[in-house]
Amino acid sequence: MKIADTAHSEGPSAFAQAAQLELRNVSKRYPGQREPAIRDLSLTVAAGDVCVLVGPSGSGKTTAMRLINRMIPITSGDILLGGRSVLEREPRHLRREIGYVIQQVGLFPHQTVGENIATVPRLLGWPKDRIAARVQELLELIGLDQEMTRRYPAQLSGGQRQRVGVARALAADPPLMLMDEPFGAIDPINRARLQDEFLRLQEKVKKTVVFVTHDIDEAIKMGDRIAILREGGVLAQYDTPREILTHPADEFVAEFVGADRGLKRLALTKVAELKLTEPNGLRPDLRADGARRVSAETSVRDALSLMLTEGGEPLTVVDGDGRVEGLLTLGAIEQLLSDEAAEPAEDAAEPRPEGRR
Amino acid sequence: MTLGPLAASAAGPVIPNFAAQSSSCEIHNRLFCAGWVSRNWGPVLWPALRQHIVLALVAVAIGFVISMALGLAAHRYGWLERPTLLVTTTLYTIPALALFKLLVAPVGLNVFTAEIALVSYTLLILFRNILAGLRAVPAEVLDAAEGAGMSRTQTLLRVELPLALPAIVAGLRIAIVTIIALATIVYVVYNRGLGVPIHTALGEGPFKTELIVAGGLAIALALVADGLLVIAQRLLTPWARTRTG
Repeated sequence: MKIADTAHSEGPSAFAQAAQLELRNVSKRYPGQREPAIRDLSLTVAAGDVCVLVGPSGSGKTTAMRLINRMIPITSGDILLGGRSVLEREPRHLRREIGYVIQQVGLFPHQTVGENIATVPRLLGWPKDRIAARVQELLELIGLDQEMTRRYPAQLSGGQRQRVGVARALAADPPLMLMDEPFGAIDPINRARLQDEFLRLQEKVKKTVVFVTHDIDEAIKMGDRIAILREGGVLAQYDTPREILTHPADEFVAEFVGADRGLKRLALTKVAELKLTEPNGLRPDLRADGARRVSAETSVRDALSLMLTEGGEPLTVVDGDGRVEGLLTLGAIEQLLSDEAAEPAEDAAEPRPEGRR
Repeated sequence: MTLGPLAASAAGPVIPNFAAQSSSCEIHNRLFCAGWVSRNWGPVLWPALRQHIVLALVAVAIGFVISMALGLAAHRYGWLERPTLLVTTTLYTIPALALFKLLVAPVGLNVFTAEIALVSYTLLILFRNILAGLRAVPAEVLDAAEGAGMSRTQTLLRVELPLALPAIVAGLRIAIVTIIALATIVYVVYNRGLGVPIHTALGEGPFKTELIVAGGLAIALALVADGLLVIAQRLLTPWARTRTG
């Protein structure tokens, strides 16, 4: 196979290193406007992390993202990618090193899927066989048939187009990806599928990702860290999803994440992480295949929902092979919420000890 | 060019022509005489058709180059659109015969007068279509091109012009058909093209063959040119034909 000849042949480990992204006191003021669109924004995204920029409309989240690849010029402050200021770079060359995915995808309608994916490698002047091998590799990565190479965007479904958009952004193996509401135009069922796919993809490629959305649920699902912006481009809180849900910095954040933030937190925890009650002798009648059976991999939120529909009785938790691990009680869930609330707030500037996923 | 149009068609039949070569069809002024056509194809009709093709192609080619330059300029500098439209629209509205007459004094009875007039009628059509095509490129496609690190020229050549192609070809189709029709009156200033036999035929009274053949050639030429452009567009824009569902 041709792929074996390329630098990207050794699988996931062969992807270029992700780079750390650092915004230092970045401000953006459009000419003729009194109020800045982005005000003194500082945040650091660790290499390989997904940082979600979220906020209401007018919070400047898309502006903040487009400052990074200099699609919008910075007014003051600095942005460092891999320790080097983006302001020193020729914008075109900088952009070829940064993957760019937008909501409307923006595939080139006159080019085939293969040609679309090859956009940046062609701009970089890669030899033909290397480009061809890379296109094949990316189609595999996003799970599209090789025969799709010759299709035109108009022949694809919305989900397929978005996958091709992601592949095009990944083509030159950039250390940073910018994604502006990438799944915003997709129906809810396919959106969830694309989100899951992207998280699996990110496990493999480990890019540094800046992901813009207005949907807090998507932010919680996709982000290693979430930057919540308020109107006028002010950073309200920058933290892990769990920390934001447990310790919202202020009224604005609490309101933005929603009154159901307790439930959202439960969605972040798996049943297996809870303290389960020993099943021995307690419920001898209980069979592992009953209606009140949940997998240990289920989120606590879904388990709670099941528990409530089943009359509040404890659930039997089973592992992947169907063996009973214990009983999940309402008390255990209450315990989880009160334990988390009692933890002191983490320092937002410190990277958290281990990945959520 | 000292010959007036009326003296132009020495090879055409004189009516009624009782010379030995005339068939009974011609003598009786039947609607269509194939014999006359085959005798006059070489000396009259084919040269006129050839000249007509050259007149039209040169006009559309020059018009296309000018319009493309104007279109690209107006695409980049939006303020150029209104003055360009004003000028090209004005040119388009001048009656053709009047424009010929206006040009004769400074330019003369020659090919330049003919082509200047014909070119001026292509500009509005081509400019409008080129600009409309360039402007119809979706904003997200341009955003993606910029985000991928394309320069302005790369975006123009790799994205905007290919996507504007259907609109540009649509303009070319209208322009070529218009110019092929309009070129039939070029004979008043420049003794070339299918206008020459058509004009002769108008003086032939009841003998209609020459009028039918020369006029028919002009129509056929326009249809063929249009058809060729349709084929060219299909070959150049395979993506425009592929739609799901």
